[in-house]
Amino acid sequence: MIEMEKQSVNPVKEETASSNIFEVQDLNLWYGDDQALYEINMDIPKYQVTAIIGPSGCGKSTFIKTLNRMVEMVPSVKTTGAINYGDQNIYEEKYRVEDLRMKVGMVFQKPNPFPKSVYENVAYGPKIHGIKDKKTLDQIVERSLRGAAIWDEVKDRLNENAFGLSGGQQQRVCIARALAVEPDVILMDEPTSALDPISTSKVEELIQELKKEYSIVIVTHNMQQAARISDRTGFFLNGELVEYANTNQLFQTPTDKRTEDYITGRFG
Amino acid sequence: MKGVYVMSRISATSSQTVNVRSLLDEKRSKKLKVRKLENIIPYLLLLCALVSILTTAGILFTLLRETVGFFSEVSIIEFYTGTNWSPWSGDFGVLPLISGTLLITVIATVVAVPLGLMSAIFLSEYASESVRKTIKPILEILAGIPTVVYGFFALTFVTPILQSIIPELSIFNALSGGVVVGIMIVPMVASLSEDAMNAVPNSLREGAYALGGTRLEVAIKVVVPAALSGIIAAVVLAISRAIGETMIVTIAAGATPSLTMNPTDSVQTMTAFIVQAATGDTTFGSIIYYSLYAVGITLFVLTMIMNLLSQYISRKFREEY
Repeated sequence: MIEMEKQSVNPVKEETASSNIFEVQDLNLWYGDDQALYEINMDIPKYQVTAIIGPSGCGKSTFIKTLNRMVEMVPSVKTTGAINYGDQNIYEEKYRVEDLRMKVGMVFQKPNPFPKSVYENVAYGPKIHGIKDKKTLDQIVERSLRGAAIWDEVKDRLNENAFGLSGGQQQRVCIARALAVEPDVILMDEPTSALDPISTSKVEELIQELKKEYSIVIVTHNMQQAARISDRTGFFLNGELVEYANTNQLFQTPTDKRTEDYITGRFG
Repeated sequence: MKGVYVMSRISATSSQTVNVRSLLDEKRSKKLKVRKLENIIPYLLLLCALVSILTTAGILFTLLRETVGFFSEVSIIEFYTGTNWSPWSGDFGVLPLISGTLLITVIATVVAVPLGLMSAIFLSEYASESVRKTIKPILEILAGIPTVVYGFFALTFVTPILQSIIPELSIFNALSGGVVVGIMIVPMVASLSEDAMNAVPNSLREGAYALGGTRLEVAIKVVVPAALSGIIAAVVLAISRAIGETMIVTIAAGATPSLTMNPTDSVQTMTAFIVQAATGDTTFGSIIYYSLYAVGITLFVLTMIMNLLSQYISRKFREEY
């Protein structure tokens, strides 16, 4: 136990033998009495983009929120099974959810910047985790905004309210906000569904850049998007992981009839 | 157009089926009378709105007229700079009444703002749905207790307790009155602040939690700032209420106008003086009678300043979402 705690405070990215960032084992999840996820087993690789596709209500958003335990925002949620993250089950009682979320960042469907300046938005994460030095914060803000490919657009507007930016810019500020605490993983829950095509392509390009340094899990209802940007794809249907394979393989030679029906547009 | 109307009528009767179009036309012609009423309604509603505006104007007019009468006998400078208020012996320095009012208000604010804000944070960020649904109505019932009851609560319950802690406390004192006025406005601060915090979109909380924020950090660094304009409005409204509060201070704070900021002293507020003078045997047209209006308008101006201040502050601190 003592050793595990050491690991969780160690800021250097762990170089363990495993090439997986998450190992999901027999995960079941209920909202009250309604089961939303059934026996999910899934290894999510490091430094790759893993896409989750499936029709509305199939549990894909629920699943991605189990990875940073945001799913627990709903009070009636119950889970069984395990999600191992760096040798530790994040659903263990002792696991501090705040530590987890610092390492597993999230970007939401609708851009949700805080009603503060661009600067304060990005600096928020480092600040609540105790970084107060103005110079350090300045550096973090600039690096994160550059990382999210929005620095050039906002560098003269750092003190303006983030709500004044366009939807696409807001979403990239939200990505910068997630990058500012230097996470290992970035979860993206349909990050482009509220954006126009140009902003969408900017975010997609950005994802390709980000995967060099981060492991990315992205939920999308857009199959072309999954095919374009991801390395591995999982297809969810009615709370089950129907098929999980390399993206090319899943889209070209699906092994399950239901996957084939879905990706060829027969339903959903 | 008339042709179409007639034709649709014919087809309706000949085919024996319901023709919605002609039915609607028929109903609409009946509705013409109603539509005239429809035109009058806005004026009627405007009239209702005017009643309250005119009443306010009327009150202001009366206050001003009688105040002018008062200031023709007592100089305005003496009134606002004099430090001695004993109208029955001819001293009309309003400062002791203002200081009494401010003292009560400060004590009430010191009690109400932390209590109210913390209750609001608890209700909005920590309490489960069922707890919130139980506690909030109870808080609002608290706001419905008659202030005269609070007054006796202050005099017969709070004062003895305070006296056991501070032995030199007199029976009538600003502390007890101020504390109970504070308790009285807690529900107002809590309930209105909670409304403002509840209106903060959940997506903001999610964003903060996703960065590893704890409940307290999310509440204090995201939700409260986002709801700040509403919270300030709630606090200032509650302070206005404390300034104007009458019964509690009349019963518990005493009737001794004194220029003091010592909470253990007995004081008299502007409202308490108005009660004292208006219920006593003040002769109509006497100088004390006129002084009521001068004190009244001072109170009015004070509350108005508070309201303008709240508007200014809430606009300045507004975080748009």
